[in-house]
This record gives sequence, structure tokens and C-alpha cells, in this order.
Amino acid sequence: MRGSIRAIVERYRGERRQLLAMLREVQRIYRCVPGDAIAVLAEELDLTRLQVEGTATSYRFLSREHRGGVTIYLHDGVLADMAGGRDVAAAFESHVGTPFGTTTEDRTIGLYTTSCIGLSDQEPAALINEIPFTRLDAARVRAIVDGIRAGTPLSDLLGPRGDGQNASPLIHSEVRNNIRMAGPVFFAPHVAGVALQAALRLSSCDVIDVVTRSRLRGRGGIGLPTGEKWAWCRAAEGESRCVIANAAEGEPGCFKDRVLLTERAAQIFEGMVIAGHAVRATRGFLYLRGEYAYLAGHLERVLHGMRERRLLGQRILNTGFDFEIGLRVGAGGHVCGEESALIESSEGKRAVPRNGPPYATTSGYRHLPTIVHNCETLGCVSRILEHGAEWFARLGTGVSAGVKLLSVAGDCARPGIYEVPWGVRIRDVLGMCGAGDTRAVIVGGAALTYVPPSQFDGRLGFEDLETNGVCTIVGAHRDLLAIVRQHLAFFARESCGFCVPCRAGTARLRDALDTWGAVSQPRDGIADLARLGQLIKATSRCGLGQAAPNPFLSTLANFPELYGVRPDAQAWRPTQV
Amino acid sequence: MTVEPPVIQLTLDGSIIHAREGQSIVAAARENGIDVPTLCDHPILPPAGTCRICLVQVGGRIVTACTTPVASGMAVAWMTSDLEQLRRGVVELLMAEGHHVCQGCEKAERCDLQSLARRYGVDSVMGRDVDQDAASRSALPHLMLHHDRCIQCLRCVRAIKGHQGQDIFGFVGQGRSIRIAVDVTDADALSDDTAQRAEAVCPVGALIHRRALAPAITRGGT
Repeated sequence: MRGSIRAIVERYRGERRQLLAMLREVQRIYRCVPGDAIAVLAEELDLTRLQVEGTATSYRFLSREHRGGVTIYLHDGVLADMAGGRDVAAAFESHVGTPFGTTTEDRTIGLYTTSCIGLSDQEPAALINEIPFTRLDAARVRAIVDGIRAGTPLSDLLGPRGDGQNASPLIHSEVRNNIRMAGPVFFAPHVAGVALQAALRLSSCDVIDVVTRSRLRGRGGIGLPTGEKWAWCRAAEGESRCVIANAAEGEPGCFKDRVLLTERAAQIFEGMVIAGHAVRATRGFLYLRGEYAYLAGHLERVLHGMRERRLLGQRILNTGFDFEIGLRVGAGGHVCGEESALIESSEGKRAVPRNGPPYATTSGYRHLPTIVHNCETLGCVSRILEHGAEWFARLGTGVSAGVKLLSVAGDCARPGIYEVPWGVRIRDVLGMCGAGDTRAVIVGGAALTYVPPSQFDGRLGFEDLETNGVCTIVGAHRDLLAIVRQHLAFFARESCGFCVPCRAGTARLRDALDTWGAVSQPRDGIADLARLGQLIKATSRCGLGQAAPNPFLSTLANFPELYGVRPDAQAWRPTQV
Repeated sequence: MTVEPPVIQLTLDGSIIHAREGQSIVAAARENGIDVPTLCDHPILPPAGTCRICLVQVGGRIVTACTTPVASGMAVAWMTSDLEQLRRGVVELLMAEGHHVCQGCEKAERCDLQSLARRYGVDSVMGRDVDQDAASRSALPHLMLHHDRCIQCLRCVRAIKGHQGQDIFGFVGQGRSIRIAVDVTDADALSDDTAQRAEAVCPVGALIHRRALAPAITRGGT
């Protein structure tokens, strides 16, 4: 084993910050991270064994125990269930012959569950040795399991290839894009280099000025003005700077970045180079969530193509500007999408958010001034440089400039990706996607908010319903409380465990809701639970913890009847802090 | 000659205090005789921000006083009924999460969590989902690790280093299954001195120095 671990270390030039990549390799080969591998990695990288083990036990797809020659991760969240995921789960258990969370005795197949894998519009879905299998049903499960047992290569068990780049040899996947509405920013033809050429004609300050005038704001849910972020980073002291594309969307129901990475990777990368020019950075990387590892080869090739065309590397487009982009691949877990946890993960550490201040723009990756952007934001940057700030600002509303990519899934006829101008009403979205009688729309972003029919005239945008574009449609026939419970279970499972309110509070809230209504005298009254929710929201360390209680808090506000509370009752309303 | 950082002024609940630039709000308050309640914080260690007890309000935002540096003109509120309610809530969560039964605990009356529980009137109760079996303990020659009493404050991780400056304690796992671990192949980790220092720095009864040298049980560790 020592020899093969050393070879892995060498492949990553012995760089400690590549520990996660090395551990991914170890897991791929040994189907677990053995103690001996931890010892060798520690020795070779001059880390303590505990540091290596700490990283190895902080990610969903790394394990100390053997996870089988073929490892199945079935998504078990809300959108999987809505598409019949329970039956598919039962089929897996009965055909594999082992319960979820275990590996067969002969170590052939490991059967595990995982959180949202970004395939919400083609559920039930699973990752099998990192390859997505979508639109599963019991019959297909049987065929897949039989095939694995017969030693059939997984790629031969795939259904028809998906559309667009999904069918390309480097992705070779049955995933579908489901682009339902194409707009001018993302799905108009993209000619590589046009935006970059325009950007390199300008000084770095002028590029920041263009982006500021476009009124572009971050698309991940927080909505910081992009130009401002760049100005902070550019002004921060540092020997160099770093640009990171956050491709670790992990909120349940979010899948737009998967489609962008598949069809518009060059546009994202070009946005990174432009950002690099603007903040005077010389390098950057895209952090690809482990769930999208199947796209890594494709992304590498896009980068290679850009280098060949002098859009990346040294003396870009024959100017004096050098910029290099690498790829970092995660290993599963929602918290990896949190900006500072993503940075920690990129340094080979546990995926745990940092304390701020200082924030990334002053001290980020390896303590360098760093900007981390949602892929969609970077895609917008390319178009802004191509068509101008005014063109972009005219799209959308007065407050929210540009367009938004929506990830629409759930109870509707046409789930998929919609590029819409900001300001679109929820009611319009329901019409576009062919939703029937709808009980709620779960709008994602800084938190999952359950929007009731009385608010369907609400508009998506920074002035009204701030969102990362997640729109999960819940039909009138659904058990809403069951969905709230599942979302709470998601947040409890995905908590990094670092701070008390998120680790202990989210689990307690989940447990309390699980028994809600089942016992005549619940342990915690609704007022206590509301206070607990407020506590988690107000005191958790990172945005994910702060968002965790929102499925409960927003249903308590918008669907009080779920909890036996009259809409006019005030008793449960917690003290405002 | 060392250059003293500039002295700045801020207010704590309306009264003006002086602090040095770069200090945390907790440290500045402490120097001015105000003890904002803390648990994971330790005066000589870098802040961790895990326990969330030292909540204060700055410009409408709730932040932890241990991780937030002072700034000139900053207005900090710390003793408000809302903040006290939140602090009490955090203490309740901690007490319910672990196995915190003070009676019979080696750390009783020397335990920071116990003091906070008293201050906020939270009972020492049996945790709901913790069973006190052997898996909740790891025994080293000189140190007993009580995982079900650990509050993940990182004090031991931050405070105790080996001869080469290496970490002795670390965390493994994620979410609710996060737990403290020791590298049992590291001689420094097993020393009596480490065990004594560990017990001293641990704010609760998670790390207990085994005074009587009992035969080592080799379970646990990493």
C-alpha cells in the first residue's frame, strides 16, 4: 500500500492542500480510507495522523469502512420522494440484499443514501461510483443491480445519453439538461474570447466600473454587489490574489450550475479570467462539488481548449496578463458550498466554515485576498463585458439587474432550467412550468422559504423574494409537514457539527417535529420550538446554520394550521431579537 | 522596543471603555471588568467561536464577542434580556445534547458549563439521546476521554501541542457524530503531562486526568 499511496502523493507534488484530492484517490482505489493510508499520508505530507483523519471523516463520499466495489448513493430528499423515491429505495434494499448505510458481506455493493445531488428534475436519481443514474424505477433498479453482480461495466448500464454536451464522450451521461426557457445571458450563443478581449482592452479599475454599473449582484443567495466585492479584493494587501468559482450548489432542489457547467463552462471560466484581470489575480480554481465529479473530465478539456486559444495561461490574447485556472473536486456535503468552508476544503482541511472577520476578500485561500463567486455570477460577468453594463442593467427590474436561472422541480409538467428576467412573479413561474393546484412553492436562497398561494404574486428579486433560483413546486395533495421534516433532517445531517446551535439545535428541532402531532403532549410546545428556531437562526456561525430552521419558521408563519395554530394566534410569536 | 497598538474607544451598553486595536470584544470587556459569559473562549488562546455563548449585539447584528475585533466608535450591547434569553437557550442545548450529570462528575464545581447552567437556571439533566456505554469513553494510560461530555469547544486542540508543535487533539466525524480524538501513536499524546494539561484546559468533564495509574484499556483513540 505504501508504494501506491506515495505515487498518489507524488502525482499531487506532495502538496498538503491537495489532501482531499489524494483522499479521493485512496477512496476510489481501496473503497475506503484505511488506517495505513492515513499513516502514510501523514508521514509523506508532514501532517499528524489526526489531521488526515479529520479531513477523511468530514466528507460524505470518504469513509473509514469499506463501501463496496460499487458504491451506490441514492438521493433520499424531498424531490426524490415526490418522484417515487421510497419505492426505488425499497427496490435497492431488496435486490442488493443489505440495508442502506451498509455494504454487502462480499463487499461487492455498498448501499448508501445522500442529500440532493442536483438532479431534482429527473428524480429518483443515484450516483453509482460517481456516475449519475436518473429517473429510476424498481425495474431499472433490478437491471442495474443484476448488471453490477454480473460484472457489467457501469457505463453499459446507462440509459440513452442525455442532450447537448451530456452525450459528449467526456461526460457520457444519461443526465438531461431540460433547458425550458433560454434567455440572452446564458443560452444565447457564446463565442469564446469576445468578452475577454473587451475586458483586456480596459484597465482593471475600468472593468470593476463596468461590473459595478451593471448592478450585478451575487447569484448564490446572499446577493453582494459584485463590483463592490472586486473593489475590496483589489484594494486588499496581498502578494497575489485568488478567484474561486463556487460549483458546490447543495441546497435541495438546486441544479442550475450543473447545467451551466455542462453547456456553458467556457463562459464561466471566461468570467473568472475577467475577474482575475479586475482584481489583479494570477490564478483561480473552480471548486466542483463531489456530486458533480462526473463533469471533471469535461471541465478539464474546456480549460485545455481555452489554453490552446490563448484565453488562459500566459500572455492571454497576447497581452501581458497571465492567469491560470485549476479544478478542485469536493467529496460530498452541503457545507462545502459555504464560501469559507469551501476555502478550507480547498486547502485540504475539514469542510468547516471560518470565523469572520476577516472575510475572504481580505484573507481567503491561503490567506490571500480571494473572491468566491457563484458560477452563474461569473457567467453574467462574461455577458456584461460582451454587451455592456447598460444592456445587462436594462434586463430585470430597477433594483435587480439581469436575469436569473431558476431550478424548477416538483409537481409540475415541465421541470428544468428557466432563464427569466428578475421580477417574474411566482404565479408566472407556475404557469411556465405547467403546475397544477399548488399548495406551496419552496423558494431557495439564503434559506428555504415556503411561499403560500396568497403570496404567489410575489416577485423574484432582491427587492421582494431573494433567491438562488430554487423553486420547488408542492402540489395541493402533498403532506407539507412531512416535507418540512425532511428539510430539517437534511440540515441536521449536513451540519458540520462545529457550532452548538446548528449541531444541537437543528437535531433537536428535527426530533421535535418528528414527534409533532404523534403524541398528545409534545415535549416542547410550539412557542418553545419557535424560540429554538429563532435561536438557531440568530446565533449559528455560518449561513447554512442560520438557514436551517427556516422550513419550520416559514411554515409556522405561512401555514400555521400545520401546527394547530390559528392564523391570528399571537402566542407562539417569539420575541424579536 | 515594542510598539503598543493604538488605544481606541467604544461603548459597552452605553458606557465608554478603552481597548487596544486588534483585541476581541470579549478581551476588551474583560479588561474593563465586564465578564461577558464565555465557554469555548480562553484568554491565552486564539478564538474558536464554537459555543456561541458570548453573544453581543453590534449595530443590530448578533455576533460572538470572542471572534469580533473591537473598532473605534463601536456600540456593543451585551446585557439585554434578548441576548440573555439566547445565551440561556444555548446553555440548554448543550446540557440536553450531552451527558451532563454533575453529581458524581470528577469536574463538578470546577466546570464552566455547570456554572453557566446555574447562572441561567438550567437543570443538570440526563441527555436524551446519549447512552452511557463504553463507546462514549476512550481510555488512554493517563487520560480518560468522555465523548458524551465533550462540547467541541476546541480548547484542547488549540492549547495542547507536542514537542514539535504538533497538534495532540483533533476532531473526527461530522455533524452530531463529531468527536474528539487523540493520535495514540504519538508518545506526546499519551504522557502524564499532556493529561494534566488537558484536564486543566477542558471547561467541562470531557478530559479527565487518570490520577491512579489504572491498567490501560486500549479501546478508542484513533
